[in-house]
Amino acid sequence: MGSYAREELLACVIARLIGGAAHVAVGAASPIPATACALLAARGQRLRVSLLHKRKGNPFSEGSRELFDLAGQGRIDVFFLGGAQIDGEANVNLVRAEGRRFPGSFGSAFMYFAARRTILFREEHSRRVLVPKVEFVSAPGSSAPDVWRRGGPQALLTGKALFAWQPERRRFRLESVHPGSSLEEVRDCTGFDFDCAASVPQTAAPTPEDLTLLRGPVAREIAANYPAFGRRVWELGASHSKS
Amino acid sequence: MEALPANATRFLADAEALAALLPDGAQIAMPPDYSLPAMAVVRALVRRRARGLRLLGVPVLGMCADLLIGAGCVAEVETSAVSLGEAGLAPRFTEAAEKGEIAVRDATCPMVHSGLQAAEKGVPFMPLRGVLGSDLVAGRPDWKVIQNPLAKDDPIILAPAISPDVALFHARWADRAGNVWLGRRRELATIAHAAKATFVSFEHLREGDMLEDELLAPGVLGSVYVSALAPAARGAWPLGVADEYSIDDAHVMTYAKAAKTREGFRDYLEQWVLTPEKSYSPA
Repeated sequence: MGSYAREELLACVIARLIGGAAHVAVGAASPIPATACALLAARGQRLRVSLLHKRKGNPFSEGSRELFDLAGQGRIDVFFLGGAQIDGEANVNLVRAEGRRFPGSFGSAFMYFAARRTILFREEHSRRVLVPKVEFVSAPGSSAPDVWRRGGPQALLTGKALFAWQPERRRFRLESVHPGSSLEEVRDCTGFDFDCAASVPQTAAPTPEDLTLLRGPVAREIAANYPAFGRRVWELGASHSKS
Repeated sequence: MEALPANATRFLADAEALAALLPDGAQIAMPPDYSLPAMAVVRALVRRRARGLRLLGVPVLGMCADLLIGAGCVAEVETSAVSLGEAGLAPRFTEAAEKGEIAVRDATCPMVHSGLQAAEKGVPFMPLRGVLGSDLVAGRPDWKVIQNPLAKDDPIILAPAISPDVALFHARWADRAGNVWLGRRRELATIAHAAKATFVSFEHLREGDMLEDELLAPGVLGSVYVSALAPAARGAWPLGVADEYSIDDAHVMTYAKAAKTREGFRDYLEQWVLTPEKSYSPA
């Protein structure tokens, strides 16, 4: 197995979670989900990707409200949310925690309901982030039966592990632990209870084919929209990427 | 605020003149950093020591708001988020919010859009799906939850109409008829439709009337909505204008680092804002 960046591993996991979706929307400051989408496209999958913050030729001609209108109509299959805190019931907090102010809820309070599936993604895997109960619910993980809701959480991916969401049990189940981490470490660093099989597999490493795509066409495309990320992961500058 | 007639767009000399017309205490609707922010006017507001401004992020805010907050121009922010994108947290917003120096009315993006759309249609509210169960609702007594009158057992939230005192943004082109060209940034048209007055800085003045050009017209905001216009070359810098100049990432990063402390922020203001001739980036 060759070496790879953690970002490359995470992008490959997200690509698997996206699966056969037709339309994925990627929000603000989400270079790794954007990388996953670019990887699927580079593999030849017919996938519509609406990158909100594409610097040139963004997909919308009705301004930033068009994303929410599309989601309201049921035209967005997969969306991504992070959180200053995420709890064991898949509630997301983007507003405040431990006296600290975070940027704010963005579109989460709508998109979590309207997108068909939401992948929760936060690289930091710690008890500070993965808490028993969020201090502020920007967007709830589930809703009362009489509340309209088209979709909800699909999975929670962190820098250490992948959890699947079980809507009937309203609990996460540990699916796999990334190379370099252990089940014990995941338990130590997770503030909420989760289900777990007797034996938990390791997260599959990126294939050589995927790494070739990631470091070629994918890297060039992503660096154009996320220059700092492109420099950090692939040592590519924005000017490089415009060619 | 001075009444501005809808049939006489005023052409002003520069960003300073636009900032002079913006009264203290006004509610100003502003776009995000990626959608034609009027940075030159923001800097002029700092220079004229504007006070008590109430910012409405449509639907989020960035460096424009952070500068105004750090300079003490802002009393309240209503927004779905404030962030510098890849440059990270907005440091002056973060500190002011944590210390309670500004009021923050947290929203979520489509509630802001829907409230403005209600105002542009002249109706009192617009219903929106989702949001129920979010703690945002408890902090927003102006958001009402009702039963859908067309169905049974179907609660739904209402975004009240928002009519900001002023819509403020930058445009690539204005013409002699007072029209401005926004291109695909149609949320700016919505803000202008909803606001009581619209102030626009622009890069270039075009001869003629853009509404007579079939290709340009769909991206035009008609002069009926435009209260006052002023030229500001590179007026969005260090943020970008599509096809004119792109965001100056290095400068935004410089700002993000400087603004982490009050002293650093003050130094930034000295160097880049308070001396007018230094405000614009060399092209």
